[in-house]
Amino acid sequence: MVVTQISVFLENKSGRLAELTEALAEAGINIRALSVAETVDYGVLRMIVDNPDLACERLRQTGFTVTETPVLALEIPDRPGGLAYVIRVLSDAGINVEYVYAFVGKAQENAIVVLRLEEIERAVELLGKRGIEAVPAEKVYRM
Amino acid sequence: MIYNASAECMDRSTLESLQLERLQQTVKRVYENVPLYRERFDASGIRPGDMKSLEDLADLPFTVKDDLRQTYPFGMFAVPMRDVARIHASSGTTGRPIVVGYTAEDINTWAEAIARTLAAGGTTAGDIVHNAYGYGLFTGGLGLHYGAERLGATVVPISGGQTKRQVQLLQDFGSNVICCTPSYALYIGEVAAEAGLDLEKLPLRVGFFGAEPWTETMRKAIEERLQIDALDIYGLSEVIGPGVSYDCLSKCGLHVNEDFFIPEIIDPLTGTPLPPGEKGELVFTTITKEAFPVIRYRTRDITSLTYEKCSCGRTFARMQRVSGRTDDMLIIRGVNIFPSQIESVLMEMEETEPHYLLVVDRQEKSLDTLEVWVEVSAEIFSDEMRKLGALQKKVQQELEGILGISVGVKLVEPKTIARSEGKARRIIDRREL
Repeated sequence: MVVTQISVFLENKSGRLAELTEALAEAGINIRALSVAETVDYGVLRMIVDNPDLACERLRQTGFTVTETPVLALEIPDRPGGLAYVIRVLSDAGINVEYVYAFVGKAQENAIVVLRLEEIERAVELLGKRGIEAVPAEKVYRM
Repeated sequence: MIYNASAECMDRSTLESLQLERLQQTVKRVYENVPLYRERFDASGIRPGDMKSLEDLADLPFTVKDDLRQTYPFGMFAVPMRDVARIHASSGTTGRPIVVGYTAEDINTWAEAIARTLAAGGTTAGDIVHNAYGYGLFTGGLGLHYGAERLGATVVPISGGQTKRQVQLLQDFGSNVICCTPSYALYIGEVAAEAGLDLEKLPLRVGFFGAEPWTETMRKAIEERLQIDALDIYGLSEVIGPGVSYDCLSKCGLHVNEDFFIPEIIDPLTGTPLPPGEKGELVFTTITKEAFPVIRYRTRDITSLTYEKCSCGRTFARMQRVSGRTDDMLIIRGVNIFPSQIESVLMEMEETEPHYLLVVDRQEKSLDTLEVWVEVSAEIFSDEMRKLGALQKKVQQELEGILGISVGVKLVEPKTIARSEGKARRIIDRREL
């Protein structure tokens, strides 16, 4: 169930993002989903890639600070209210969503979102009962 | 271990009469051989025979760094050049370099001072000494080298730089002792860890770190990282180089080689001598140096002295770790800031790396700002922005609590603050003063 997300600390200075994406390109790693959180001085780049272990290794070798974070990928109906419903279920259950971003998936019936939350297993169970399925990690990496 | 117990543990009254005798000879010698001292003494109405007791030292005029610049290169030498066996010089980053000379006997004295230093950390003739102080005009490399040889140890004269190779040789040679600047020691630890080296398994036992001010918390960090005893060694080329004073393994202040150098503490503003225990500027008079004697030389280092006997048995005066320099003090919005204060805050926080940079700038309204750059280590990097924000805020609050002025904190990527292989550069002052 749990998908491995790679988070990278990035100082806001020119060329850093280029270096990072080039390192991944050279290793033949494909980025599946990506989001950036930023402040004036630094940002955190979050990514789902097809080979998280290799990506981590390469980025560390290139001198980046990297951590792996467990996240949840959910397949939700691609229509108004689709995400709202999921968030409401989690909120009512007292599960706090740290952050959420959308997947850059290929055109399909459902949308895929990535969520960072504290209690992944409980969320999966709650949402599963309501017909919202978590996307298995292997499937996410191959998408 | 005590290298020369008859000197280092001499009872105070014997020591003081020896000091007086040597002081009298020195004053006479500089009066006869160094024009600057003769002029100064004459102007103050001092005759070479006036030194009746050690208290009379306080009547002599001070010597300052600028005097040494004015007399560049050899104007302060008290012997003819044919008797000068070696020259050393400071880097001269601020103005002309300071040039110092040694006779063969001075080099002997120096080797003795360093041998005492190394022995005080348990170094013996069977040890391998990895000497990563720079060799050349800088006194660190050759100073430690001669002392280690005097002790009968095996010296590895690796000098600074090429850190990966240093780590490799430390391991391959099985060195027991390391000598370098404290900031370089931390860097060596970092590189060793990166290379996957288990420092605990190395025979490395003790390190002698000096040439830049450091803190007690930094000592703990080095001891933890390198799994050794980290000892402070103090000196300056104007007095002799490293080995003016040294830690013993009880780590409770640095023993001043008082049979060679007389220390004083003065009020840096008025020049008045201060009693034992009080903090002020450290002043040295050399009493055995031949080529380059100094009278009441103002070091600009801030510390205090105690004359109580150490638990190790040595009777020499002990100086506290240097807590700052009168000239690396930053004045920001009227508040005196020492880099060592910032360092101790960062070292005490588990979340930060001991590498930092202080950036001082002046805003449009002529308000000075202090920004502290701190490295985010892989261990503390959190994916969650609020945790990073909280860390930033914590560092800021700790610093403001100690310094009493507002401080900006900037988190930067690991290893982006330049590591020094010699003296660390910690301050960037962008103010146009």
